[in-house]
Amino acid sequence: MNDLLISLVLILVKLGLILGVVLTMAAYLVLAERKILGRMQLRYGPNRIGPGGMMQPLCDVIKLLTKEDFVPDRADKWIFLFAPGLTALAALLSFAVVPFSPPVTLFGREIPMVVCDLNIGLLYIFGLSSLAVYGVVLGGWASNSKYSLLGALRGLAQLVSYELALGLALVPVVMSAKSFSLNAIVMAQADWPNLLRHPLAFIIFMISITAESKRTPFDMPEAENEIVAGYHTEYSGMRFGLFFVGEYINLVVIGAMTTVFFLGGWHGPFLPPVVWFILKVLFVAFLFIWARGSMPRPRYDQLMHFGWKVLIPLALLNVVLSGAISLAVNS
Amino acid sequence: MTTVLFYILGFILLAATLMCITRRNPVHAVIYLVAGFFALALMFYLLGAPLVAAWEVIVYAGAIMVLFLFIIMMLGLAPQEVPEGPGWQRWLPLVLLSASLMACSLLIILQDPAAGQEIPDFYLAPQALGEALFSRYAMAVEMVSFQLLFATIGAFLLGRPLPKGEDQ
Repeated sequence: MNDLLISLVLILVKLGLILGVVLTMAAYLVLAERKILGRMQLRYGPNRIGPGGMMQPLCDVIKLLTKEDFVPDRADKWIFLFAPGLTALAALLSFAVVPFSPPVTLFGREIPMVVCDLNIGLLYIFGLSSLAVYGVVLGGWASNSKYSLLGALRGLAQLVSYELALGLALVPVVMSAKSFSLNAIVMAQADWPNLLRHPLAFIIFMISITAESKRTPFDMPEAENEIVAGYHTEYSGMRFGLFFVGEYINLVVIGAMTTVFFLGGWHGPFLPPVVWFILKVLFVAFLFIWARGSMPRPRYDQLMHFGWKVLIPLALLNVVLSGAISLAVNS
Repeated sequence: MTTVLFYILGFILLAATLMCITRRNPVHAVIYLVAGFFALALMFYLLGAPLVAAWEVIVYAGAIMVLFLFIIMMLGLAPQEVPEGPGWQRWLPLVLLSASLMACSLLIILQDPAAGQEIPDFYLAPQALGEALFSRYAMAVEMVSFQLLFATIGAFLLGRPLPKGEDQ
């Protein structure tokens, strides 16, 4: 009984810690994105509130919370209301399987630094990312507006197409770890990261995860100059905020996924593992911000053609090649 | 504990499926069906088959139902008025189908063919499942993949642009 209680408290503490850290990181990534983009476009970015603009996220939250929560006439009310939550929820839940440090021994008790080390962790993340599609699609459909519907349709087709390439890019990673568990994948990279072992898979993964997260240059579902703001055109106040925060939580999730699958997770010299993990996550997030500041958006049909005719065949070829190489090396 | 969870999930699954087949709005029906798939996935998890649970969500909820939604949204299917006519004619096929399904399920439950059998270990571990698929059931897997290939070729043939001057 006592043991059960301790386990429960431990899980709750871990959940609270992850929630706090991830939400703070998401809020400050918004600021970081605005500042870095500002610098890339030869301006300062937000710098009025607090030292160097550090209090800007707080102001944004207050603004979003006090705005009117507007539901358009003839919108499908319930779906309209829960769609943004679905996006944020799917992104947050992914963290349940991400290991951010080796197990820590505290008071003679070994505590794994992951909420739940599922032996199908990778598939769990895929399941959640397929849940995230529904947030976009239902939000766009329920708004009853042509721009939202167009954005939702684009988002749906894009996410489903690139999920295939994403899954195929991760097959070599699973092959070399011989497990779907994220912990085992990190453990398998103790000597060198998967980035060096599977460089082609890394490139395919990065391209498809950019499309999967609907970030520039693949932000066709919300392309401002064609369809206003795509699937979240009709949203206001905190519901827009949920979509927005969901996107940045997603950025942290992507950083964590890239770190775990390709950059060796928490492995690294000198610094403590957690610090390495957070540094790597932030580095990947910076790469995405950098891409946003320097790349134009392709046309929608170019995106779909690239996904189906280039990326997926390439990923399949990569699976065959990696399998052959690992077989040749092992025998 | 497991039994309680099973009954809760079973209730959700039945309720979601019932809602799915009674909704006029196709998008609502899809949402209920997806909810049903999630309940079903949890049930698989409860049975000790996490891998099947994950595939249930990824393949059915994540891919197939999303394609359903895509088609519904592309065609702009609005909730339709029900045509006039005697009620039982519309319901008869559905009732017959459900009744036969129910009879089958009852028979299975009564006979309980799986009783006393051990759960195969490929329910549990991804590696064991992969080995079972590609050695013991290799023939079946190959046949299914050939069928999928036929379907792909068929879709490609139907969707290919006609040569100039040829009519449908």
